[in-house]
Amino acid sequence: MEYEPVIGLEVHAQLLTKTKIFCGCSAKFGSAPNNNTCPICLGMPGVLPVMNKKVVEYTIKMAVATHCRINKNNNFARKNYFYPDLPKGYQISQYAYPLAEGGYVDVEINGAKKRIGITRIHMEEDAGKLIHDENNPSSYVDLNRAGVPLIEIVSEPDMRSPEEGIGYLRRLHEILVYLEICDGNMEEGSFRCDANISLRPKGEDEFGIRTELKNMNSFRNVQRALQYEIKRQQYVLESGGKVIQETRLWDDSQGVTHSMRGKEEAHDYRYFPDPDLVPLMISEEWIKEVEKTLPELPLRKRERFVREYGIPPYDAGVLTASRDLADFYEKTVKYSGKPKIASNWIMGDVLGYLKEDKKEIKDSPVTPEALGDVINLIEDGTISGKIAKEVFEEVWKTGKDPKKVIEEKGLVQITDAGALETAIEEVLKSSPAQLEQYKQGKEKLFGYFVGQVMKATKGKANPKLVNEILRKKLSE
Amino acid sequence: MELNQLTIHELKEKLKEGKTTSVEITESVFKRIEDVEDKVHSFITLMKDSAFDEAEKADKAIREENNIGLLTGIPVAVKDLLCTKGVKTTCGSHILENFVPPYDATVVKKLKEAGAVIVGKTNMDEFAMGSSTETSYFGITKNPWDLGKIPGGSSGGSAAAVVADECIASIGSDTGGSIRQPAALCGVVGLKPTYGRVSRFGLVAFASSLDQIGPFSKDVEDCATMMNVIAGYDPNESTSVSADVPDYTRYISKDIEGWTVGIPREYFIEGIDSEVLDAVEGAIEEVKRMGGKTVEISLPHTEYCVATYYVIAPSEASSNLARYDGVRYGFRSQDGRDLLDMYKTSRSAGFGAEVKRRIMIGTHALSSGYYDAYYKKASQVRALIRNDFDEAFKRCDVILTPATPTPAFNIGEKMDDPLQMYLCDIFTLSANLAGIPGISIPCGYTNSGLPIGLQLLAKHFEEGKLIQMASAYEKSSKIEKRRPDL
Repeated sequence: MEYEPVIGLEVHAQLLTKTKIFCGCSAKFGSAPNNNTCPICLGMPGVLPVMNKKVVEYTIKMAVATHCRINKNNNFARKNYFYPDLPKGYQISQYAYPLAEGGYVDVEINGAKKRIGITRIHMEEDAGKLIHDENNPSSYVDLNRAGVPLIEIVSEPDMRSPEEGIGYLRRLHEILVYLEICDGNMEEGSFRCDANISLRPKGEDEFGIRTELKNMNSFRNVQRALQYEIKRQQYVLESGGKVIQETRLWDDSQGVTHSMRGKEEAHDYRYFPDPDLVPLMISEEWIKEVEKTLPELPLRKRERFVREYGIPPYDAGVLTASRDLADFYEKTVKYSGKPKIASNWIMGDVLGYLKEDKKEIKDSPVTPEALGDVINLIEDGTISGKIAKEVFEEVWKTGKDPKKVIEEKGLVQITDAGALETAIEEVLKSSPAQLEQYKQGKEKLFGYFVGQVMKATKGKANPKLVNEILRKKLSE
Repeated sequence: MELNQLTIHELKEKLKEGKTTSVEITESVFKRIEDVEDKVHSFITLMKDSAFDEAEKADKAIREENNIGLLTGIPVAVKDLLCTKGVKTTCGSHILENFVPPYDATVVKKLKEAGAVIVGKTNMDEFAMGSSTETSYFGITKNPWDLGKIPGGSSGGSAAAVVADECIASIGSDTGGSIRQPAALCGVVGLKPTYGRVSRFGLVAFASSLDQIGPFSKDVEDCATMMNVIAGYDPNESTSVSADVPDYTRYISKDIEGWTVGIPREYFIEGIDSEVLDAVEGAIEEVKRMGGKTVEISLPHTEYCVATYYVIAPSEASSNLARYDGVRYGFRSQDGRDLLDMYKTSRSAGFGAEVKRRIMIGTHALSSGYYDAYYKKASQVRALIRNDFDEAFKRCDVILTPATPTPAFNIGEKMDDPLQMYLCDIFTLSANLAGIPGISIPCGYTNSGLPIGLQLLAKHFEEGKLIQMASAYEKSSKIEKRRPDL
């Protein structure tokens, strides 16, 4: 039987607010354990939460960007469970009244557009972290993360393959980073994903029994875990068994999922409205105000790049992968006036060097102005394309002005016909054998002569001019 | 009279005229504590050293006429569920026996800023769950009027300390009557303000939507002064209300000519002690003599108050008390074999029977499949109860009821019968459910010499009206000022 996977994803994104959701502690990652804490996020007796307005603002941004309906009347609920990383014994979250519902994102899979529904987006607080030491029977609790704001984005079960799942994830990731409300770092846990997956016979409407997958800390792992789970469930079904509804943990090193807990052990979270927080009203004016601060989103930007700059959709896709990269491109175009050439340079050289140096675009030593200069210098014939690569490398290494690099290294192109003629004559004179062969019809040797001229001029000869003069000389 | 027997306003007068010092007052308070504390047991922790430091600071301020607050030099006691920086805050529980908060509750901060001398932390029912102060892990507080009887609860220590003259005034908390009921049984003035009027920040939570902090005092004027100190908006609390705080002492010594006083028929039921009923009926007569009108009103959902309260309060408590898990502070059992076992053994040994009972009730009421029938239903009934009061206050300025159905009962009498214990708060629960303010003031004594309390209720944020009527009644009724013989 042919099976069809049904996939829904739950994404937890840490918001980039300066302070935590219910107290004034820093929400920064990487501080010494328990440094970013106070009686409130430590869950001391007697403390009370006060909502950080920025969290609401950021969540509204995401809601608007994903076409959600925003609930005017929000409230917070307590999700009760015991765990040492949860100092109050409950997590403050949203339950019956999430901030946003009923949105979507459009995803492109192998050239085809697909719309993935978003069930809800709600705000909540993160828990702390447990640190286990193999050589020590006790564990340590770090509560720096306790109270860091999160949004949970729950998708509809609309995805039918791991590829669609990844496409959706990448789109969400891109939007969050574009909005500058999440840094999207999966390894540090600021963008986390759990997956619900079930199989059903192709053509069937009813969903099969699902499992929930956790502990996947990269896009690749999400994809691998989904692929593994499809195979596992298929094997279970084909051998006449039943899939058990349970939570399974992805084991990266072994490439398998392990059962974590079954439904019979499932928590009863005893949700109820948090009496310490008053209902949160979101006015139409507030939404409008936030809407105004929204940047151009990736999809829209992509379409505009194709339209405005006439570059291929593929280029537009690469160049809009981040806001910083897109800005870099647009600035380069502004300086050079050459959209496609700028695109080639950025996609090839800039991204290549960045990858090699493990740098972000915002740390690129070659500025858009410098790259624009390089492009202009080729265009006006000051340097050849080949020399330009050399200039680029030097600018990358030193951060110097391209013109200065050319001047210092004497890389200005030789466009003096007389000088080139002399150089060509020298080459022909010193290669009598090749000249003879050429004249007998081995025209392939033309390239050999060009190479020799370039070598003699240390690459500075204007290639077009070399071709012209050489052809003339050879036909004499 | 000894200094410790005086009121805040009397002592302030003496301090101002230089007839005494805060150190002298504090000495007389601690001498009294030395004499009677063994019998009464109002306190869990005494703060003698810091109290005398504060008294000296107060005297310096008075000498220099610099930075004099509303309570400068006045010894007050604080219920042991308000966090005090560097001073043990136990909540009457084994599980917090050695808990030392790293911060001051907003109300404690306000008391200190007003110049108060904090005498100590008073005894209470464990986590404020009880009506007799018998569930405290640290022993029972006795009623100063009869040491065989309970002082009421849960703020029994705060009420007993005031009437036993172990402090001048005190702070308690009221979730279902925990200020008004012990005030009535000890014969002092106790006010539960409107929900949101006094900051809960630093109050160890029992039931967050019902808890409210308020004062105990020897007379109504002192109650007004205490309110001036503790009331007001707190940005640290989301449910705090920013409405203007009046000067409550403005309401002292005014009459109630032309006021309408509502008498709810549902509060005059069978089972009320006849001496209590007589005293309250006497008070109704007094209202008429004072120029007030009385009108019979109805609060039709009164019969559901106890049931509603005993779903909502335990539900919230079951969640509020989850943080006492032995992980980071408080008592941790050493018997736990693994994490789950550590939770179980710590909480089993750390909490007393009544607290465990309420955690169980609340956990059940919130659990999936029961939520709608219990918690949700109770929340809906709560809205009806609130609506009863809204309707009633269209017809009257204040509502008058007995504060308790009986005077103080014997120690141990109701400990084996939780239902009987819960019924002690039958007249006080409704104000917490509706969020309205209520005051309990003395209105007489039984033949055996136990005090009887009168309860007045008003609309949200109308504490001023309560103080005005209580003050007028206090003057007009001339209830004899007696002191317990200790």
